[in-house]
Parts: sequence; structure tokens; C-alpha cells
Amino acid sequence: MTKLVYFAWVRERIGKSEEDVALPPAVATVEDLLLWLKARGDGYAHALRHPEVIRVAINHEHVDHAVKIAGAQEIALFPPMTGG
Amino acid sequence: MPAAIAPVVRIQAADFDVAAEIDTLRAGSSDIGAVVTFSGICRDEAGTLAALELEHYPGMAEAEIARIAAQAAARWPLAGLVAIHRHGRVRPGENIVLVVAASKHRRAAFEAAEFMMDYLKSSAPFWKREHRLDGAEGDWVDATRSDDAAAARWRK
Repeated sequence: MTKLVYFAWVRERIGKSEEDVALPPAVATVEDLLLWLKARGDGYAHALRHPEVIRVAINHEHVDHAVKIAGAQEIALFPPMTGG
Repeated sequence: MPAAIAPVVRIQAADFDVAAEIDTLRAGSSDIGAVVTFSGICRDEAGTLAALELEHYPGMAEAEIARIAAQAAARWPLAGLVAIHRHGRVRPGENIVLVVAASKHRRAAFEAAEFMMDYLKSSAPFWKREHRLDGAEGDWVDATRSDDAAAARWRK
């Protein structure tokens, strides 16, 4: 199982802050993950309508969408950051 | 260059005392010639904001700011570096973020503080949501492209 965590409007649109998922073997990269999640329901489709704008971190480090997710313990999806 | 200093990074709900942070940073050091402080403050431009709610990614927020601070400490000859970022509800006029950079000379302190803020804004996992005075549901604050551009110029 892989832990997925969501923040800000990604969290609100999906309707939960985290979940454990069993990823199919075909989901190899971050981009694959975003497309797979997008098809899981209306909330996911709303949150991930423009997957290219979603920022992703694996095990607390930023990654780009081409990165392979094998071995990831925690994958976070969130909007562009607005701190500072 | 001497070994890079160990930056201080704190993520907290509570406010911070800017003067006290500078005093702590300088305590026991007589070779600091420059201290640059940046305070980021919650502002209300239109008179409609009750507060900002700052959501953060616990664990990653600390790790990411520590990574940025380690880069700053490796790049400039710093005598001290502090970064504090608040989370939770912050009202107009209250502090949000603090960066204090100390060095022998002003240039390193100025540049390190600016570098810290440019990267912190574009890569530290925090998100601001507005709470409006009229009680209506406020929006998530949009990220600005100029913040990404500000960080990118340090890679030249």
C-alpha cells in the first residue's frame, strides 16, 4: 500500500486528507498516478482536472511528473505553494 | 571558508519576537558585522480580510526549509541563519515568516536572506486561504509566476 496525502484545494476537492491505496503495476510514474487518480471519481476529476499544475512530493521531497514512484512510502499532491 | 553554520528552522503556530531572534543569533559572537532581517506580514489591501489560514505539510515543511537554508549556508559565508514560518490563523498586521541572516559583511547577509525568501515562497509547502470579514467563504490565494521567476534567477 502507498500512502497518499492531499493539501489545500486538492484535499478539499478530493474530500479527504489522506488514504492508503494499492497501486496497479501499470502506474509507474507520477504522471501515471495523476491520471489513474483522476479517473477514480468526481472529486478526483475536479481536483486533477489540470494535472500539469499539481505539485507532487515523494517522501517529503519535490519531484517532477516524470519520476518513477516505485518504493515511495508517502506521495503528496498539492497546488502550487503560497507561503512566505 | 569556515565550515557552514547550522541553520535554525522552526515551523510554529505561535508568533515570534524579531528582536529576541536577532539577540539569540548574535549571542556570544563578536565577529558578526551584518544582520539582515526579513519579516513577512499578513496584509489586508481591501479592508475585507479577517485572517489568513496557513495550511502546511508537517514534516516536509521543516525538511524543505532546512534544505533551502543548507543551500544558503553553503553558498554564502554566514555566521548565523534563522528561518521561522507560522501556520494556522494569522490576522492582518501579524507576522507570518521571519528570515534572519548574519555575516561578517552586509552583501552575504542581504543575498542569503533574499535567496531564502525567494525559495521559501516557491517551494516551502504552505498554502494560504483567506477568511473574509463578512463571513463569506474566502478563496485559496493563487500562486504568482513572479515568485517562481524570483527563485529561478538564483540558478543563473
